[in-house]
Amino acid sequence: MTPPPAHCILNFNKTVFALIIINKAGGLIYNRTFHEGGLNKISTNDYLVLAGTFHGVHAITARLNPLSPSTTTSHRTSISSTATAPAGGAASAVGGGGGMLTRPEAPSGLEVLETENFRMQCFTTLTGVKFLLFADTTQTNVDLAMRRVYDLYTDYVMKNPFYQLEMPVRCDMFDRKLGSYIREINNR
Amino acid sequence: MAHLGPGKAASSKEQAGLRYPSNGKSIYHRPLNRTKTAELSQSSFAYLFSEMVSYAQRRVTGIQELEKRLNLQGHPIGLKLLDLLLTREPPRTQTRPLTIIALLHFIKINLWTHLFGRQADRLEKSSNPDTPDEYMIVDNEPVVNAYISVPREMSQLNCAAFVAGIIEGVCDGAMFPARVTAHTVGGKEEGEMWPGKTVFLVKFQPEVLEREALIGKG
Repeated sequence: MTPPPAHCILNFNKTVFALIIINKAGGLIYNRTFHEGGLNKISTNDYLVLAGTFHGVHAITARLNPLSPSTTTSHRTSISSTATAPAGGAASAVGGGGGMLTRPEAPSGLEVLETENFRMQCFTTLTGVKFLLFADTTQTNVDLAMRRVYDLYTDYVMKNPFYQLEMPVRCDMFDRKLGSYIREINNR
Repeated sequence: MAHLGPGKAASSKEQAGLRYPSNGKSIYHRPLNRTKTAELSQSSFAYLFSEMVSYAQRRVTGIQELEKRLNLQGHPIGLKLLDLLLTREPPRTQTRPLTIIALLHFIKINLWTHLFGRQADRLEKSSNPDTPDEYMIVDNEPVVNAYISVPREMSQLNCAAFVAGIIEGVCDGAMFPARVTAHTVGGKEEGEMWPGKTVFLVKFQPEVLEREALIGKG
């Protein structure tokens, strides 16, 4: 690995390098680098491959993830009750078993990948969109930054009437707000 | 309001006219929303407006037609808001605006405050001597455009055409027939400060100016 350039050393421990957004089919819909020199440049094609590959690996790791025994049994009972009883009966059975708690959490796949120079954090939304944030290994509060990026996405992409679902994100407002937020983090 | 008579006889007598509460306030003086600040969720408005734009976008051939449709969606709102806002004025000032300036001030202050919770940013008259019928209302960041990024191939479009329609409705309702259009001017003269800056160009019909001139003489 090449050593990081000088300007990277100056503020080396608080940097978000790049963001990738992957749609639920595994396609790359957004790709932006915030900090030159933090990561080596790779071609757009490589980014597409990275997105597709990560999507596949993520899906397999999610299957690998075992369900804990308690949630497995409650999952079974709730399924059998919905299968045999009408909707009202199922609802009462679920309610009796502690409401929301009986539903098993969706297995989450790969969340963090770490290399010598950067850490890649993955966040999957309930609709299956994946946000990959590449940050310095010592970057703190990546979860918080991720949350904020997701907020910006819901505001400036999902509320934009000209955005088509699953298509590449081309929204000026999103670019602008994301840029200023990440700049704020990187200059802190 | 205080005591309702028992039985049918009393209620049929009451129906003769509108009943007013003793303090003179009717239901039209209060917002439907009874929360303290009477605010609405900007997110739900953004989703609604986004769907309105998508709806208007169906079966249109060009940007002009899309703006026309958005304008038409706003027009009836303006007509009704003029009445509502004038009703809410104190009785002494409950008259409709009679001059162009009074009308534009009404729009800049009352209408904007009612719709967006703040005044419009500026009011200007066209400096071009050829177009004395043009006035401009400036909003630095229109609420309706808060989350909208217009794609590059539609760069002339400004979804605030909906608000332009509301303004047009108010002007038409006050007997100042006009054409109102919305134009994006951000990023040109004042740089990146207000990228969404929008000018509402109000172009009055010639008869309005004619009448204005006559009033000026009198």
